[in-house]
Amino acid sequence: MNPPALLALADGTVLRGKATGFLPDSGVATGELVFNTAMSGYQEVLTDPSYAGQVVAFTAPHIGNYGVTPLDEESPRPACAGLVVRDLSAHPSSWRAVGPLEGFLVQHRIPAITGVDTRRLTRRVRAAGAMGCAFGTAPEAALLAAAAAAPTTDGCDLVTGVSCTAPYTVGEGPRRVVALDYGIKATIVRHLAAQSCVTVVPSSTSAAEIRSLAPSGVFLSNGPGDPAALAAPRDTIAALLGDVPIFGICLGQQVLAEALGATTYKLAFGHHGSNHPVRHVASGRVEVTAQNHNYAVARETLGGARVTHENLNDGVVEGFCVPEARAFCVQYHPEAGPGPHDARYLFDVFVALCDGGGLDGL
Amino acid sequence: MPRRDDLDSILVIGSGPIVIGQACEFDYSGTQACRVLREEGYRVVLVNSNPATIMTDPATADATYIEPLVADVVRAIIERERPDALLPTLGGQTALNLTMELVAKGALDALGVEVIGARPEAIATAEDRERFREAMREIGLATPEAGFARTLDQAMATATRIGFPVMIRPSFILGGLGTGLADDVDTFVRMAREGLAASPIGEILVERSVAGWKEYELEVMRDVADNCVVVCSIENFDPMGVHTGDSITVAPAMTLSDPEYQAMRDDAFAVLRRVGVETGGSNVQFAVDPASGERLVIEMNPRVSRSSALASKATGFPIAKIATRLAVGYRLDEIANDITRATPASFEPVIDYVVVKVPRWQFEKLPGAEPRLGTRMQSVGEVMAIGRTFAESLQKALRSLEQGRDGLNADGGEASFEALATPELLERVGVASPDRVFELEVLLRRGVAVETLAAATGIDPWFLHQLATIAAARTELEAHADDPDPLGSLGATGLRDAKRLGFADAQLARLLGVPEVAVRDVRLALGVRPTFKTVDTCAAEFEAHTPYHYSTYEDEDEVAPSARDRVVILGSGPNRIGQGIEFDYCCVHAARTLHDAGYETIMVNCNPETVSTDYDTADRLYFEPVTVEDVTNVLDAERAASRGDGRLVGVVVTLGGQTPLKLAHAIDPALVLGTPPDAIDLAEDRERWSALCTAIGLRQPPGGTASTQAGARAVAREVGYPVLVRPSYVLGGRDMQLVYDDDGLKRCLTSMLGTGALGGSLDREGGVTKERPVLIDRFLEDAIEVDVDALRDRLGDVFIAGIMEHVEEAGVHSGDSACALPPQTLHATVLAVLAEQTTAIANALGVVGPCNVQFAVKDGDVYVLEANPRASRTVPFVAKATGVPVAAAAARLLVGATLAELRDEGLVPAATPVPREVSVKEAVLPFSRFPGVDTLLGPEMRSTGEVMGTGPTFGVAFDKCQLAAGVALPDEGCVFFSLADRDKPAGADLAASYAALGFSLAATIGTAGFLRDKGIEVHTLVGKVGLREMARDAVELLEAGAVQLVVNTPSGRGARADGGLIRAACVARKVPCLTTLAAARAGAQGIADRRAHAPSVRTLQERHA
Ligand SMILES: Nc1ncnc2c1ncn2[C@@H]1O[C@H](COP(=O)(O)OP(=O)(O)O)[C@@H](O)[C@H]1O
Ligand SMILES: Nc1ncnc2c1ncn2[C@@H]1O[C@H](COP(=O)(O)OP(=O)(O)O)[C@@H](O)[C@H]1O
Ligand SMILES: [Mg+2]
Ligand SMILES: [Mg+2]
Repeated sequence: MNPPALLALADGTVLRGKATGFLPDSGVATGELVFNTAMSGYQEVLTDPSYAGQVVAFTAPHIGNYGVTPLDEESPRPACAGLVVRDLSAHPSSWRAVGPLEGFLVQHRIPAITGVDTRRLTRRVRAAGAMGCAFGTAPEAALLAAAAAAPTTDGCDLVTGVSCTAPYTVGEGPRRVVALDYGIKATIVRHLAAQSCVTVVPSSTSAAEIRSLAPSGVFLSNGPGDPAALAAPRDTIAALLGDVPIFGICLGQQVLAEALGATTYKLAFGHHGSNHPVRHVASGRVEVTAQNHNYAVARETLGGARVTHENLNDGVVEGFCVPEARAFCVQYHPEAGPGPHDARYLFDVFVALCDGGGLDGL
Repeated sequence: MPRRDDLDSILVIGSGPIVIGQACEFDYSGTQACRVLREEGYRVVLVNSNPATIMTDPATADATYIEPLVADVVRAIIERERPDALLPTLGGQTALNLTMELVAKGALDALGVEVIGARPEAIATAEDRERFREAMREIGLATPEAGFARTLDQAMATATRIGFPVMIRPSFILGGLGTGLADDVDTFVRMAREGLAASPIGEILVERSVAGWKEYELEVMRDVADNCVVVCSIENFDPMGVHTGDSITVAPAMTLSDPEYQAMRDDAFAVLRRVGVETGGSNVQFAVDPASGERLVIEMNPRVSRSSALASKATGFPIAKIATRLAVGYRLDEIANDITRATPASFEPVIDYVVVKVPRWQFEKLPGAEPRLGTRMQSVGEVMAIGRTFAESLQKALRSLEQGRDGLNADGGEASFEALATPELLERVGVASPDRVFELEVLLRRGVAVETLAAATGIDPWFLHQLATIAAARTELEAHADDPDPLGSLGATGLRDAKRLGFADAQLARLLGVPEVAVRDVRLALGVRPTFKTVDTCAAEFEAHTPYHYSTYEDEDEVAPSARDRVVILGSGPNRIGQGIEFDYCCVHAARTLHDAGYETIMVNCNPETVSTDYDTADRLYFEPVTVEDVTNVLDAERAASRGDGRLVGVVVTLGGQTPLKLAHAIDPALVLGTPPDAIDLAEDRERWSALCTAIGLRQPPGGTASTQAGARAVAREVGYPVLVRPSYVLGGRDMQLVYDDDGLKRCLTSMLGTGALGGSLDREGGVTKERPVLIDRFLEDAIEVDVDALRDRLGDVFIAGIMEHVEEAGVHSGDSACALPPQTLHATVLAVLAEQTTAIANALGVVGPCNVQFAVKDGDVYVLEANPRASRTVPFVAKATGVPVAAAAARLLVGATLAELRDEGLVPAATPVPREVSVKEAVLPFSRFPGVDTLLGPEMRSTGEVMGTGPTFGVAFDKCQLAAGVALPDEGCVFFSLADRDKPAGADLAASYAALGFSLAATIGTAGFLRDKGIEVHTLVGKVGLREMARDAVELLEAGAVQLVVNTPSGRGARADGGLIRAACVARKVPCLTTLAAARAGAQGIADRRAHAPSVRTLQERHA
């Protein structure tokens, strides 16, 4: 039987539920609360390093239905701080499953709370913005205090904690791509490696070290936290800009923007889900995209860069390029994992760029 | 690309009568289409033969043709209206097929009409299974291995190559008609033969069976710029082998991992692109091997469908509306999401609840049909429920069905399953049936392993575990029954947990052994009350502007306060025989009229197919079961929402058929609008009703009530045979039987009362008791039946809206017989008496609002059969035949308007209108789907829908109806007569009239002898079926195509094998078969009048100008 538990938000809201997954001795788990509207792909979300420090609430009520499988891991271990659901399936069913989600959570020490009115939670976050939260079996007062004290991602470099510590190389191909690991997802590595030889390097790798690998292109990965706090990566990219083709995804876009002198800002509650409509400006085509970001690039600070993609829901810059610098990026996740495959063409654009092509068509 | 300005007027084709596989979802989609097109400034021309629809209301289109949906008629309409384009994708298979026929005949090209929504080429690729498979192969998608056959030999060769079991599907059919799975050669041969006959092009596909695989559907949309979105994924609880229309289905998909889901999504788009659906919605079906994830494409429908109606209601994404906008040139990103207003339609809805659809079957009304589900659809309606978990939604859906079930067992209905031993139940669940989900719960509760049941049924273990969760909770709840204070010991937490699993108060009461009101009182005292959440397409990511709610047991409630006066309209629940779209029509009118009258309108209903459950029909929508508990919750919520001067004015219970009427007694009487609940009881309670008739001097057929065999015999002796026997409190003549003698009476009562543990046929409705006795009436033979619809206001003023004379005599259920307005044979004095008596009844009952009285007229004497203090099935027909908006007027009377006021407004005319033309309504019967069922009409209603025809004479209108109903009367050839003895004298004139029309006659020996004696020439004599008395028997004659019309009236009593075989052959060969002399006479008149009058089509607007 799952013990009763509470979920407290920094604004004083308290919701009831039952503790599940890993039960910390303290009875308290904390983090910044975000909601994700994807209806499938919970394991990919939980193992996405971009969620470091965050507690993820799924709006889909049944989570865990098809269990867990090594096939769906975006990184070897989850980086998120906790999981909030309406109903955690005890009995998964799928030919792909190796076990239930609950066991996975216990194994990776991820605390979770189930039975929560996650819709109420979502409405609260929508109204008040992302905020700290605490949940667990501890008394209400303790949870409220912990929630109020919970760190948000503002000003935090969370990348160092999730980046690899040593370079590694995967894939074969006629060109070498250096991928800066700010918390890179396995699916991205797979997509890059399908066409190129990819060397994944730590986020702290210097411009000189990168140059020494003689890359045909540099890739800037997704990752957690506040882009404004990433001074060193920014300077590294600024140094490389113009010398080598660059492609960034998610945090990669934000770092590229900072390197160009643009600024980023925090969205009220971010974009987390698999259904965001994005317009490819040049063609007018709509891509349904997977997104996971709390920060965005301020359009008015982009200067000479050309906005290539924009969010149809709220106008957020979802992609831009600097053709003369042979650099482009998107805020969303063309690699999917989880999410739709509508934007996979961007990997081909990158390959073409590495091979000497331009960005006129983008 | 914005709106196309090169088009001015657009023809929309509706789907015709409600039939199995094509129900009111197309009224919903067609109505949306017409509205959108008019909003966009196009002139809309509409053709549909179904009068019971909102789409055929004069206000929906600019030119409304209630005419038969056949190519010649539509061509005539096109010639008259010269539309620029034809939109065929919102009227189901009927509209698609009709369009393709017009294309094939070159009519559209010749008249310069462009097909929009889906190009003919795309329709052909999707609909022709051969082309479709080829197309799939081209884009690298797998379909089940298969081969086409046009002969039995070809079919056999293919089956042998693929290996049994195989699936057989006739080409170009709808709803699985003629399809099936064959395990062995014998079954295969029989089915292949049937299938070849069922296909309009005589072709079948023999296909590898993947029965038991998981079945999925994706609802997808595409615009001119090639933007594609998935609106909703649907997973079938019942695996492949059970038609999706007959499966319990769930949205969103529950057991697909993201990689699997995304791959399916990619496939669906690839299918859409290859088939070439450029603008609009489609449905793509997949089968997935549970062991390996292997995925096959099963089919795609290039149009909106039953599933897209479900998907629209499940997500809040209005597929039909958007498909229409796409068809006239818009792109998805140019269309706003109605619900959020801030975001565009080019996204994929996400939902934070679980939607469960459960079909409603009616095997009990179709003796001879086996309650066994397969690849052909047999359900007549469906319910949808929304909850936060599958368990909650499933239980809500099951109680929405209105079959006496409160949820997944734990109610009176479970007894028949509980009584069975485990091995027998295990055997039963191997075959899909309406009962299977209940049987599974019993087995799980008895400890049978999920794995065992998954293997036996092919149902995914995830779903079975959910059922097991309900079963385990039940067992735990039951344990509290021994406690002195079960509710107290359960406490707030225990009660909340149970409610979160969807348990109804009635179930909890039963499990805990306490009264239902105690459950409710304690629950409310402990603060365990439902919260209403919102369907918003986006899982709360954006603010919603449409109050579309469902109940669940959570923390936060989202019902907005209101300072306005509000009226709740209770809908009619699932479509079923006897209660269909007509009542939805009435509810929708109430919503619109009362909104216009300044009220905030609130709809409560659980039928996803309907216009009423569209989120913009009423001001607020509660998608909830129409049960006492759920409705009470809505009323509580709305009361609590009142602010300032705003108040909950009342509840409309008289426009949604029997469903809301039955709830009237449980609602605060102060809230029941119009006719008081006691008057409802007065009309339904046999004794009180008889007393009332006597008091006001009305004649009823003599009769009495009984709850035992002996009692019944006494009544029958007194009133004299034949008698009609029926239970009280049911609709649609359910279980009504015509009995000729003591033996028959005994049999009839035995079946109703039941014997021992087996239970009677009425067990689900609460059985037969002293309080719910069996009614026994003298059967009036050869009487003319008449329906009268009337309105009465609170001051006692009565308006007779319409008097309809039935074509078939009393004894054929009013819902199954054709009827004419104005009446054709009744004398003015009789009509005056009918109006007078209707007025007297309305006054005596104290009706405020609509009422309907059924009469039988025999030898000039008027008998009252029954009165219904509510809107009747015929309200939309009357409205369309007379041009008076009867339902809207009724709604206004309910909130206090008077007829005088409505007359001043011009809503109601001064006197009963007498239309210049004759309108006929004809019933459409589902026999082609139930080959074992006799087609004879009787007092038990079996029609699923209706059509309407209007013309200068009765004959013309009747003829149009037959054409519209799909059984066109022939113009030449042979009429075959086989008459009951009692019908022979009258049959002579009839046969002579067909002979005079130039038909040759055939007859069975007895009938022929009689006719010849009267000097009528009979060209062909046939013997009894199978007896070889003559060269050919009737069935052989029919099969040879030598008969164009059959007149077959049943002989007096008993099983009538010969007639049954003849009628079955008619169904199989699609030969019109008239089973009453009255209908045969009408047929002759129809043929004669058709010849005498030039064919003509006219709009409703012209008719009532
Ligand atoms: N190859 C097959 N093996 C087993 N069952 C099948 C097969 N193909 C279809 N079915 C079942 O038959 C039903 C009807 O088939 P479908 O192709 O969807 O026709 P329609 O919906 O036009 O009647 C499906 O819902 C599915 O359950
Ligand atoms: N006494 C009777 N004699 C002949 N026919 C009758 C008699 N009573 C009922 N019927 C027939 O049975 C049908 C159904 O009966 P009705 O009382 O209208 O039940 P329901 O409530 O199902 O409409 C009627 O439409 C009529 O054709
Ligand atoms: Mg189908
Ligand atoms: Mg009746």
